[in-house]
Amino acid sequence: MTTIASLQIGELGYISEDSLDQIPLKLLEMGCLPGAEVELVQLAPLNDPLYICVNGSHLAIRKETAEKIAIIKPS
Amino acid sequence: MSTPTSINVALIGNPNTGKTSLFNQLTGLNQKVGNYPGVTVDKKTGISNLSKDHKAVVTDLPGTYSINPTSLDESIVLKTLLNSDKEDAPEVILVVADIENLKRNLLLFSQIKDLEIPTVLAINMADEMKRKGISIDLTELQKELGSEVLLISARKNEGIEEVKSAIVKAYISAKAAPLCSVNHKIDTDYFERLKEISPNYSLYELWLMITQNSFPDSISEEEKQQLIDFKHDASKLKKYQHKETIYRYQKINEVLKKTYVVDRSKASDLRAKLDKVFTHKIFGYVLFFGILLLIFQSIFDWATVPMDFIDGLFADASTFVKSQFPEGVLNDLIAEGIIPGIGGVLIFIPQIAILFLFIAILEETGYMSRVVFLMDKIMRRFGMSGKSVIPLISGTACAIPAVMSTRTIAGWKERLITILVVPFTTCSARLPVYAILIALMIPDRRVLGFLSLQGLTLLALYILGFATAILAAYILHKTLKVKSKSFFVVEMPDYKAPSLKNMAFDVLEKTKAFVIGAGKIILALSIVLWFLASNGPQSYVDAEKNVRAQIENSDISADELQQKIASAKLENSYIGIMGKTIEPVIKPLGYDWKIGIALITSFAAREVFVGTLATIYSVESDDDDTSTIKERMASEINPTTGEKRFNFPVGMSLLVFYAFAMQCMATLAIVKRETKSWKWPLIQLFGMGLIAYVSSLIVFQILS
Repeated sequence: MTTIASLQIGELGYISEDSLDQIPLKLLEMGCLPGAEVELVQLAPLNDPLYICVNGSHLAIRKETAEKIAIIKPS
Repeated sequence: MSTPTSINVALIGNPNTGKTSLFNQLTGLNQKVGNYPGVTVDKKTGISNLSKDHKAVVTDLPGTYSINPTSLDESIVLKTLLNSDKEDAPEVILVVADIENLKRNLLLFSQIKDLEIPTVLAINMADEMKRKGISIDLTELQKELGSEVLLISARKNEGIEEVKSAIVKAYISAKAAPLCSVNHKIDTDYFERLKEISPNYSLYELWLMITQNSFPDSISEEEKQQLIDFKHDASKLKKYQHKETIYRYQKINEVLKKTYVVDRSKASDLRAKLDKVFTHKIFGYVLFFGILLLIFQSIFDWATVPMDFIDGLFADASTFVKSQFPEGVLNDLIAEGIIPGIGGVLIFIPQIAILFLFIAILEETGYMSRVVFLMDKIMRRFGMSGKSVIPLISGTACAIPAVMSTRTIAGWKERLITILVVPFTTCSARLPVYAILIALMIPDRRVLGFLSLQGLTLLALYILGFATAILAAYILHKTLKVKSKSFFVVEMPDYKAPSLKNMAFDVLEKTKAFVIGAGKIILALSIVLWFLASNGPQSYVDAEKNVRAQIENSDISADELQQKIASAKLENSYIGIMGKTIEPVIKPLGYDWKIGIALITSFAAREVFVGTLATIYSVESDDDDTSTIKERMASEINPTTGEKRFNFPVGMSLLVFYAFAMQCMATLAIVKRETKSWKWPLIQLFGMGLIAYVSSLIVFQILS
């Protein structure tokens, strides 16, 4: 499964419509919605946490959360 | 003139929207914080004069992204809003949003609208619209949202008067229609049944009660039971909450499509450039530790002059009272008890203010979130969260607000470990103890031309504090059997220049709270201490007679005689007896009974150490002694060895003891409140006490 965790720094993806149940409510509320564009801005050492920009919100999330959120990469 | 009508206004908004700036502009210095420190920091309120007929009691609620709380801080917001029938319940809600993140901010706004309380929306940072290429159709937005919407710039004090009149207007019209009526669209049948349970609450209020399991005090037992029965299907609740959020965003997107335009080409990349440096895998850490070093050097360097000044001032005041007012018990109490006691509190002000100032700068600029990001993985190794860095850093000012700031940590185990280890960090109450011992033991020299040796020693003590905290956290992480789910998300706000006004308010408020809170304890203790030191059993009464009898035939000056009498009196006073009793236990650490007294009183609060010694020595000394406490300690002699009492081994042993021991009643009380059990504060008290005793024992035995 392609997830947010598989993005490279600067790369874009779109949150997959099927991952709705996997997204914690809190993240959803902060703008991490299915269909939204997500960009990986920066990685902390050991690739955790991830600094992402989604729907205009700049957020840091842990790898374990990022691995649950499926994305579609633009081809 | 009639008295103006008072309106309860709740100020709500996402973190980093400039909510505090707006609060400061609305209320000025008319603010107060309920019961801080010691009991609660929950509620910050202020009075704002809206018009000649209306004034507002504004409550600044903790910043939150949604009414659905994931942390303790956020649950305060829900509780305030759900208890809408209470006397101090909000009559108008003022939602603050920032122009750049309007979409996300509107989620919270849409939830609040559904509570059906009159609401005003203030969109902050409007002065940056042009720079960020944003344009808004305000009239259309007002129509769509069904509330008065204002563009303001809180920092520049623009639009504040408009906010005030909008509050009055909202209050008078009392118009409050839900924005989304969200729940019908999800499952009409389900929400119709929910609505039938009670006519006293709005549908959204009922929905919050069942999803958040939080009920207002006013609800009847019967209705509450019905609601509890209704929510048995947990998976449905979760699914509907998700759907609700999606639906809200759909609605918000529709509204914004018509009213909000961003020209992306105008967006600046300053943020990206700064982030490249501040969150860099190597430079990020170098910079962070550099900043820490700078902070700790400044605390020592900048604070010395004002601290010496305060110290001298109070020594002079004591002398003045002694010489200018009639002799007697009252004079003694003031000159030997109260004045040194107050001096012992006020001497902190420079260091505390500098520390709070730095913390305020780190938070205001948005840098602290970058530190959280950098430190999360490392902190997790030790059972904590990246968010634990903030309590650990603010713990260097005071453990009480630090323990309370752990509320933002969502996982219970991460939060508990942070609370348990925070008291190891070097709080400002330790500073006067450290400062005086370092000044006595470490020569005032510079290394490499600019680093003060005393400052470096202090830095070493800070590092010792952090290292012990981290180590203790690791042990707790491996041994504590606490099950908890942790969840972590941090917003990385845009970088901002800190607002001088906000920082001044912040430093003023925190310093004031600390001085008053700690001051009460210290003042009370100094009086008790003075009483115990100037009274005693029969042997105290006989002390003077005995000394005179003993030295009757020897050749001794009148001064020395007075000195001997005073010493004998102190030794036989109640406090002297207490110190003597514990002397056998602390002797292996290098302490005498006078230091023992200071140790006993320090268990109420560490900073009492210096004050206690000041009181003891001034009770003991001659009436016309004008030396400061530092000079007095430097001249204290150990009668058995003939050496200085505060020599290197004793000083080091004391430093280590104060670094580790849990000597703060106020922190224990706050830990009890935050963990809802006596178990954890008692573990802190005895665990840290044991570590302190053993380490000091080792240090003293090796060095001497």
